[in-house]
Amino acid sequence: MDKIVDVIFSIAFLDSVIRVTTPILFATMAILVSDRAGVLNIGVEGTMLVSALAGVIGSAFTQNAWLGLLIAILTGMAYSGILAVCHLKLGTDVFLSAIALNLMASGLTVFVLYLLTGDKGVSTKLPSKVIPNVHIPVIKDIPVLGDILSGQNALTYIAIITLILLSIFLYKTRTGTYIRAAGELPQAVETAGVSVKKIRMLALLLSGAIAGMGGAFMSMGYLSMFTKDMVAGRGFIALAAEAMGRGLPGLSLLSSLLFGFADALASSLQIFNIPSQLTRLVPYLLTIVALTIYAAGEQKKRKKL
Amino acid sequence: MREKLQNKNLWFSSATTILAVVISLLIAFILIMIFSDNPGASISDLLTGPFSSKRNLGNVISMASTFTFTGVAICIMFQASLFNVAAEGAFFLGAMFAAAAATLWNIPVGLALVVPMVIGAVTGAIICFIPGILKAKFNADELVSSLMLNYIVLYLGLYLLNTYIRDPQFGALASYQLPAASKISNLIQGTSVNNGIIIAIILVIISYVFLYRTKTGYSVRVLGQNKDYANYSGIKVAKVIVISQLAGGAVAGLGGAVEVMGMYGRFQWTSLPGYGWDGVIVAILAGNKPQIVPVAAIFLAYLRIGANVMARSGDVPSELITVIQAVMIILVTASALLSHIKKKIIIKEALSDGQNS
Repeated sequence: MDKIVDVIFSIAFLDSVIRVTTPILFATMAILVSDRAGVLNIGVEGTMLVSALAGVIGSAFTQNAWLGLLIAILTGMAYSGILAVCHLKLGTDVFLSAIALNLMASGLTVFVLYLLTGDKGVSTKLPSKVIPNVHIPVIKDIPVLGDILSGQNALTYIAIITLILLSIFLYKTRTGTYIRAAGELPQAVETAGVSVKKIRMLALLLSGAIAGMGGAFMSMGYLSMFTKDMVAGRGFIALAAEAMGRGLPGLSLLSSLLFGFADALASSLQIFNIPSQLTRLVPYLLTIVALTIYAAGEQKKRKKL
Repeated sequence: MREKLQNKNLWFSSATTILAVVISLLIAFILIMIFSDNPGASISDLLTGPFSSKRNLGNVISMASTFTFTGVAICIMFQASLFNVAAEGAFFLGAMFAAAAATLWNIPVGLALVVPMVIGAVTGAIICFIPGILKAKFNADELVSSLMLNYIVLYLGLYLLNTYIRDPQFGALASYQLPAASKISNLIQGTSVNNGIIIAIILVIISYVFLYRTKTGYSVRVLGQNKDYANYSGIKVAKVIVISQLAGGAVAGLGGAVEVMGMYGRFQWTSLPGYGWDGVIVAILAGNKPQIVPVAAIFLAYLRIGANVMARSGDVPSELITVIQAVMIILVTASALLSHIKKKIIIKEALSDGQNS
């Protein structure tokens, strides 16, 4: 038991918590902005996967990691755009279309990867680039804390900046207010002479852009290549993280960290002869428990009203 | 009059579904023309590949049989308007527990087929029950909880497989060999078609009768169409949710048991096989009607086998089919809305007809 505590408080462990939280945080923000607009985007899982491959291909062909990131973001917007068009223009059920797009992402990425490299599993044949780590001056010299807070991947800091910008956008700008209103009281938005559909379209595109950054982190930060189905449910975990964070940016950061912590713990516990299959199911179990507690709380609140 | 209306509506929705299928196939052809060096051969393989050998044709039928189980399971759960996708996990663990029962217990020969199947069905029912009860009691979103549950089931299953029924003599991670008495026998020589298909057909009939000819089935459909109306008309919503999810889960779990007992000698999946998701596609194509599931299942299986033949002999990877499936789902669900609008128009017309006469 003491050993487990030692691991949890080790620099390497806290460092890995931040690393595994980053994609979950991106996915959570992507879901948050869509949820606040009243169109929960469960296609984030597939969007991240497609963007992860787009980033690898983009960076390999441009030989520039940042252009790769840009291509991943644009791809994410395009993929989310498909969902937006299907749901908002063709009137399909948003869940069913998103399920279709998630299923498609899994096959489409393999399809494209095979056409480009002749390989169906990994992108090692593509000379892709990696988004660099950033050492922050001053902070990096602080003992212990500096080792954890500095030297992370640039996208980890971009995630934090995105979170701050997203909060400002949602709460301090007119468009942000419309997005929140589209989720809570769509009639009010229409009364104000603004199209709810347009606002939701915007929210889904923004959601895709953020998911695109998350995908880019997976293949150009977390790993340095694309592997088949590499998002591995993070987009779904983020659904629970967003629900537990009640759609509030600050709380969502905390719940993302909680899932990141559970994920990191699952890999660390393997050292202690706890079967890896059991530790790997912990984050998912935690998600169901958290989701249920949250939903039960909401239900109670509604009954009191 | 009502019958006429329903017929008109049914005709409209099948016509739009067929149109959606045709459009997605056209997209497939266009993609093949872009990516293949020999598009003619690839398209012909995709369309006629299943008929190229008795074995391939048999594979279509046995794959369709598998899709029928998960398709029917999803139909029952979606009819209650619950997006419970735990059929994936139910199928996996149903197969795993059926294999465990067959290999660990000394079941008398007369019961060696039935007991593992019952175990599989019960396992599946319990798994799909979880998102159902969490929804009914706490209003927890069933889509998210069932997605998470699938991963839990996968890792729990792998742990149990590794710890309790792993055959150490076998090269890869797999269960012990199933005893001969627990294997479902072959139906057509030289193919993979086994007697499990009979169970699949019986299930289609039972679930049709359940949904359309029983009071509980009626409650499930009312709940699916309008939750508020179900509430006001005195239907016990929580109970109906739970029953429909138990029933769907049992079908999926039984499907898993039949799969492992009919197609394989051992349980050796180390990841989720994806049949639950195939069930979602089949159910959408079938408009959530169990009686149409076999047709949709054969169609999807035909495409899959065709794609495999195409990938083996040409340069287009079989993953092309996932793109086609997505287009199909989107177009069918879009046309489902169209048919809804059409229905409203018909009712309006009928009402004005009534006033005029």
